[in-house]
Amino acid sequence: MNEPLSKDAVAHIARLARLELGEAELSRFAGQLSAVLEHVEAIQRLDTAEVPPTSHPFELVNVLRDDERSACLPREAVLAAAPAAQDGRFRVPRILGEAP
Amino acid sequence: MSETEAFAGGALAIAARVRSGELSARVVTEAALEEIAASEPLLHCFNTITAERALAAADAVDAKVLAGEDPGPLAGVPVALKDNLCTRGVPTTCSSRILEGWRPPYDATVVARLSAAGAVSVGKTNLDEFAMGSSTETSATGPTRNPWDPARVPGGSSGGSAAAVAAGLVPLALGSDTGGSIRQPAALCGVVGLKPTYGLVSRYGLVAFASSLDQIGPFALTLADAAATLQVIAGHDERDSTSLAHPVADLATELRRGVEGLRVGVVADFLSEASGSCAAAVRQAADALADAGALVKEVAIPELLHGLSAYYLIAPAEASSNLARYDGVRYGLRVDGDDVQEMNARTRSAGFGDEVKRRIMLGTYVLSAGYYDAYYAQAQRVRTVILRSFARAYEDCDVLLAPTTPSVAFPIGAKTADPLEMYLSDLFTIPTNLAGHPALSVPFALGEEGLPVGVQVLAPALGEGPMLRAGAALEAVAAPGARGPVRPQLGGPLAGVAR
Amino acid sequence: MSRYTITGETGEWEIVVGLEVHCELLTKTKLFCGCPNAFGDEPNTNVCPVCLGLPGSLPVLNRRAVEMAMAIGTALGCEIRPSSFHRKNYFYPDMPKDYQVTQYDEPLNVEGRLTLVDGTPIGIVRAHMEEDTGKTTHMGGDGRIHGADYSLVDYNRSGVPLVEIVSAPDLRSPEQARSYVSELRAILVATGASDGRMEEGSLRVDANVSVRRFGGEEFGTRCEIKNLNSLRSLVRAIEYESRRQVELLERGGSVDQETRHWNEVEGRTSSMRSKEEAYDYRYFPEPDLVPLAPPAEWIAEVVAKLGLMPAQRRERLASLLGESSEAIEEQVATVIDLGLDDLVVATIASGADSRLVMARAANEAAQQPDAARQLDPERFGELIGLEAAGTLSATQAKAVLGELLTNGGRPADIADRLGFKALASDELGAVIDAVIAANPGEWDRYVGGDDKVAQFLLGKVMRETKGRANGKLVAEALASRRG
Ligand SMILES: [Zn+2]
Repeated sequence: MNEPLSKDAVAHIARLARLELGEAELSRFAGQLSAVLEHVEAIQRLDTAEVPPTSHPFELVNVLRDDERSACLPREAVLAAAPAAQDGRFRVPRILGEAP
Repeated sequence: MSETEAFAGGALAIAARVRSGELSARVVTEAALEEIAASEPLLHCFNTITAERALAAADAVDAKVLAGEDPGPLAGVPVALKDNLCTRGVPTTCSSRILEGWRPPYDATVVARLSAAGAVSVGKTNLDEFAMGSSTETSATGPTRNPWDPARVPGGSSGGSAAAVAAGLVPLALGSDTGGSIRQPAALCGVVGLKPTYGLVSRYGLVAFASSLDQIGPFALTLADAAATLQVIAGHDERDSTSLAHPVADLATELRRGVEGLRVGVVADFLSEASGSCAAAVRQAADALADAGALVKEVAIPELLHGLSAYYLIAPAEASSNLARYDGVRYGLRVDGDDVQEMNARTRSAGFGDEVKRRIMLGTYVLSAGYYDAYYAQAQRVRTVILRSFARAYEDCDVLLAPTTPSVAFPIGAKTADPLEMYLSDLFTIPTNLAGHPALSVPFALGEEGLPVGVQVLAPALGEGPMLRAGAALEAVAAPGARGPVRPQLGGPLAGVAR
Repeated sequence: MSRYTITGETGEWEIVVGLEVHCELLTKTKLFCGCPNAFGDEPNTNVCPVCLGLPGSLPVLNRRAVEMAMAIGTALGCEIRPSSFHRKNYFYPDMPKDYQVTQYDEPLNVEGRLTLVDGTPIGIVRAHMEEDTGKTTHMGGDGRIHGADYSLVDYNRSGVPLVEIVSAPDLRSPEQARSYVSELRAILVATGASDGRMEEGSLRVDANVSVRRFGGEEFGTRCEIKNLNSLRSLVRAIEYESRRQVELLERGGSVDQETRHWNEVEGRTSSMRSKEEAYDYRYFPEPDLVPLAPPAEWIAEVVAKLGLMPAQRRERLASLLGESSEAIEEQVATVIDLGLDDLVVATIASGADSRLVMARAANEAAQQPDAARQLDPERFGELIGLEAAGTLSATQAKAVLGELLTNGGRPADIADRLGFKALASDELGAVIDAVIAANPGEWDRYVGGDDKVAQFLLGKVMRETKGRANGKLVAEALASRRG
């Protein structure tokens, strides 16, 4: 049996998922996610030592396109959707850390 | 002309009359728009109604007919699109606040193909937020109601499309099916719902939920209409790397082939998990197929019952990644914050509903360091187990027969408090998605409370032909009144609670 | 190469460096969509639903990018293997999908080797494909990320194809690291997959640096240094970081495995970790792409198209040039870098003076590399012949070459048109006499045996003749007058 998820664990997951959850939500999700995990745990008892994983239903390989130009979107259309834009670019609040 | 007259005979009949010039696409479209507007306060099938665009498209079809040009096989047929299919310039919300105000700059491949075939898109239908749900109750725009009983859910996630066809608002609709989101609402609403082989229909422009499982398919009142729609939208698309290059069979011909000699397996493991009427319908269906000349037997595939667990690990994992892009930077909702991290988190917390958050959290967790092997990798192995067990079953069966759902449509609110209980609604539909196989739900009987019951036909990859043969045989002997259109009780007790 | 060590208070330390080099591929279009792969265009003009990560869009792999990646793998002696793409999940505004499509546990190229110019073999662990991110500009503050008020994002670079080349931790000095990167750069340029421009960011280097007691076997904890925009910053950053680690360890501290940012202005590295950020990339197979398993025939095609690599080309030039020197090595590097070695080899083969060919190719022809690559070796040989015979002075030869590259023609005709004629020997004699008369002190020192003054006198003569005199003849004339 796996341990039920603690509120701290849920808070850590929320941070990874960029979600801001209140105390009440953390508790509720901890309970609900633990219940789901307990149910799906059944498959951990299946013996799959000899079974390879499937990440895709079919075994397609080498689907490629030629290195040829296709149309871009007009910049006005691209930026019209932006919550904030400036100087032809998307504007975002300050970034705290460098990209990893 | 009344809507009933205009729609008589379904999509193919409409197209035939429009093509011959006997009926104008505009008249049909106007009738559909009128019905939609009238039903909306009670049923809420639509997030967006595109009346002007629809009329313009209808006029273009009529102009082609007048000019003697080929207006396409679905000329003038009104079609409703699930609101997770991208439509150029038309809001595409996935029933989520986070996509508020977003108008895609491009059409999904299926949308372009339908339009090229002369179909007239009338609007975008309601769904569970980002297609995550089995009742259309997680929609940020409010639930869709089941036209058979507006106090009940239409199923989900493609509830708006299923209900719109069931209520006779449109003869055709598109949905998407990741774990049963076409077949389950089709069963609960008494219409045909078809989930094609993974890769048969391009996913380009379908807002992703779980990319390795998602597939687009049609809703219709008849199998012939559903097959004709599939024929239009299927086929290779170079913009989808997972699109199959395989040529599409002539589905109309398959429909007429009958079931003589067709080997049918009844999935015994599912019968014990289904309600009385849902299990009984499958037994009845098996007898009917045997009577029509099919070779019917029971098969045991107990591994399929593990599908649900594997699915609720794989689908949320893919979803957690697919839904990361809704971060308030490029489109849709933004809730400001002091720095970009805070802005991202506030936007996502305000923009996503509870079910979406739950699945993102679940998916994030099962992919995270230390848990990947125990959860995600194990689920992928179970996926292999399911593929293999299907393969064994199909060694001596052409198709499988199973219930679509464990029960008939449940009351609104009955399962919202318990996510797990809701997830169990997809027990019989999920294995098909994990395998990438096709399956359809045929309205077959009336069950508890006089509500419709669907029977599911499953087939191996690219087995749409045999699947349709079995489906047609079932359609021919389905209980009278088991399928739509059904007129919602506008004067009933729910008229007052309509939104 | 002598051992590089850091002398601490407690003894000698050795540094261990592994490099990760990101190379932008010179495809016409991006990795997964048909937008142009171009540098310097107006922001957000080379974007489409795919590279903007719009909902519903899907990636399709660029065949040419795969070929370039295989060419790089082949040039580095890698094995090309069946591979697949994964998603690397983390939030950052320059990444439109908030995940990066990259190759994880099944890279396209594995287990290769790069031999440094001095012969040291450096292991290549892998060379895999991935997509580039967009670009952020930090506004307010002083334009750096810390202290900025807000940032602006341009997605033109988003989805540009990259190959990341990961070396084994085989490098033992900052100089070796520099030598590795410059050789790798030359190889990448030679495959045609890269323009090798570090300053434009088309080649980006991250360094994994650790230290251990000299002679030790076990690796220390490493730090990854980012933002190395030039060979100079690579060397400086490794020097700084290894010293920092030695000092830390000698004080009894321990090195945290972390990513550090090189600050060129301050000349130091600093931790990039922001306080609450925890990264967990949650890699999983990219479901929107299918595996990549290049069949043998395709690999063979790519291998067949691959030209000579820099090491082979250096060897070829060296065999033509005889004894080497630092200056010649530099000329060789330039000529190979610009792809002018075929011209040089052919010109020398036509009988021209090899050193002179190299000098004109590496100095003057290199100014117009595109034209130079088109130059007819026979014409180039004619020019070198005129200069070698003293018919044209060096200055005149350079001018003729410039004209030859710009407008073409025969070198002799160009020289005529430009009015270049070697000075008649009596005219030269008069100039030399005048220079001696005007600089009696220097002349006396020269006659007295001070050869250093010869250069001074020669320069005067050249100035008087406006460069028309042949330097060699002037030197001979001066020597004969000294008697
Ligand atoms: Zn693009």
